[in-house]
Amino acid sequence: MRGMWVIYRKELADHFSSNRFVILFALITMVSLITTFMVGTSLKKELEGIARPSLVFMMLFTSTGDLFSLAQFIAFFGPLIGLVLGFDAINRERINGTLSKLAAQPIYRDAIINGKFMAGVVTIKIMLLSIVLLISGLGLFTLGVTPGPEEVGRVLIYLVISIFYISFWLGVAILFSIFFRNIATSALAAIALWIFFSFFVTFGASLAANALVPIDQNQGADAERLFAHAQVQKAVSLLSPMKLYSDATSTILDPMRKTTRSLILIGPMERVSMDRFNRPLPLGQSILVVFPYIVFLILITLICFAISYLAFMRQEIRSG
Amino acid sequence: MDTSKIVVEATGLTKVYGSKTAVDNISFAVDRGEIFGFLGPNGAGKTTTVLMMLGLTEPSAGRVEVMGLDPRFASIKVKQMVGYLPENVGFYGDLTGRQNLLYVARLNGLTDKVSHDRIDQALDAVGLKDEGDKRAAAYSRGMRQRLGIAELLIREPDIVFLDEPTLGLDPDGINRMISLIQSLSLERNMTVLLSSHQLHQVQRICHRVGIMIKGKLVAVGTIDELAKEKLGVEQDTFTLEEIYMKYFKEA
Ligand SMILES: Nc1ncnc2c1ncn2[C@@H]1O[C@H](COP(=O)(O)OP(=O)(O)OP(=O)(O)O)[C@@H](O)[C@H]1O
Ligand SMILES: [Mg+2]
Repeated sequence: MRGMWVIYRKELADHFSSNRFVILFALITMVSLITTFMVGTSLKKELEGIARPSLVFMMLFTSTGDLFSLAQFIAFFGPLIGLVLGFDAINRERINGTLSKLAAQPIYRDAIINGKFMAGVVTIKIMLLSIVLLISGLGLFTLGVTPGPEEVGRVLIYLVISIFYISFWLGVAILFSIFFRNIATSALAAIALWIFFSFFVTFGASLAANALVPIDQNQGADAERLFAHAQVQKAVSLLSPMKLYSDATSTILDPMRKTTRSLILIGPMERVSMDRFNRPLPLGQSILVVFPYIVFLILITLICFAISYLAFMRQEIRSG
Repeated sequence: MDTSKIVVEATGLTKVYGSKTAVDNISFAVDRGEIFGFLGPNGAGKTTTVLMMLGLTEPSAGRVEVMGLDPRFASIKVKQMVGYLPENVGFYGDLTGRQNLLYVARLNGLTDKVSHDRIDQALDAVGLKDEGDKRAAAYSRGMRQRLGIAELLIREPDIVFLDEPTLGLDPDGINRMISLIQSLSLERNMTVLLSSHQLHQVQRICHRVGIMIKGKLVAVGTIDELAKEKLGVEQDTFTLEEIYMKYFKEA
């Protein structure tokens, strides 16, 4: 335990004094502020003269404005934070010749991984928290509404899911830094995985759906077929942590959504019932809907860790 | 704690990498207070042997005990008693020498107050008193090597493993290192195991040596014993070089 805390403290200090942290933070802050400002002003214009909808504060995160919504931005860009904080965690020490020294101290080897992971997670937490606070502050200013307790609750849950999500990517990056002894290789591999999940899984999902349940454009498919098609597409795309995350956060941020399923998967009677009770889903219910997603995010992070431990515990540690 | 004379004992120690046997069934014992030297050419298996003694790599066969403990199963206890100076010792370049030492001291559970005192003494002992607040990235090879010794002084282990401590040093640096190693043994009562292929230095300080060639430990003993065995000479006109070359030709 002692070893882990000492390593954690050093790594945290390293993160906060590193250039890469400053650059990353500046970039994200800049994009967030610009997006918030644009979304805020356009929302304000649209809302002029009409009755204010409930939970308008949440729209700050979900409206797309001219470019993209803040939620989309974090979903796409967030992994990069995790990757940048961890891709050289172990292999840099190996190359510097400090790993063999570190491993020769009276500490358990897993303390090295744990300490580094914890320092990364705390860095992520601080980054996200300050960004969400900035967004909320600027949103308050441009929109002129104060968030109610439910909105604050939703933003907090969004924050928690985002931290889990980005921490998963940190776990992946640390795993790569154990497997690849070359820093450039592990950076490239991490970015490749990120791009794969960002773009190709969605693409692969529609490919798989077309192959398994082809839909003839001319004939017009029956509802059952459409349904099966969408089912396959959804199942495959859930392989991507990004999809998992977007689904989970969209339910939290947009209370009018009562299911993580896309509209096509909602049965006709269900739609009638949803229309009838067209009120926002209460916070508690939203949490219930996304709970499995959070569990799954934690699960894949743990799997990442298990592999890291197995690989690192048995690795030979030689300097030079 | 084990109070017997033997502090490190290897029996049938073997390490195989794929089809290459890096360390081939070696056995030796090192007594408390000794300076023991592993001699051998590049690739003889010296580093691999040291790594196995530290539990940083697993033996393929045989076993090694440090103070009666197996480094594989009692790794923390063994690492508390053993200090290690790796072949190319590394430091965090953007920390100062002093900060590097403080990090190691903390990892060893020393309080910051104790550490600061020990760091001052250690930097003084290795002649880095004025350089302690420079970034480690700016250290020369000799300074890095001495900072590595300072790290051992702070940890105060019972046994130290020094892998090629004099490699890449100039004659002055070598002399300094040699006397530092001697002081570890004489003033601090540490048992010293070192590896080297620089025979002159080893001859000056080692009580006993083991000659390693191609993974095999071909001879162990005092330099006098080895000379008698190989060269048949009694008087000390021989050099370790001659003995070594004899073994080397036979292998
Ligand atoms: N990870 C590895 N995989 C395969 N072979 C290895 C590995 N590590 C070491 N070897 C081989 O094992 C042999 C012994 O290596 P070792 O580093 O122990 O030698 P050494 O005596 O320390 O040499 P040097 O004087 O160059 O430091 C060498 O032939 C080396 O090529
Ligand atoms: Mg070596």
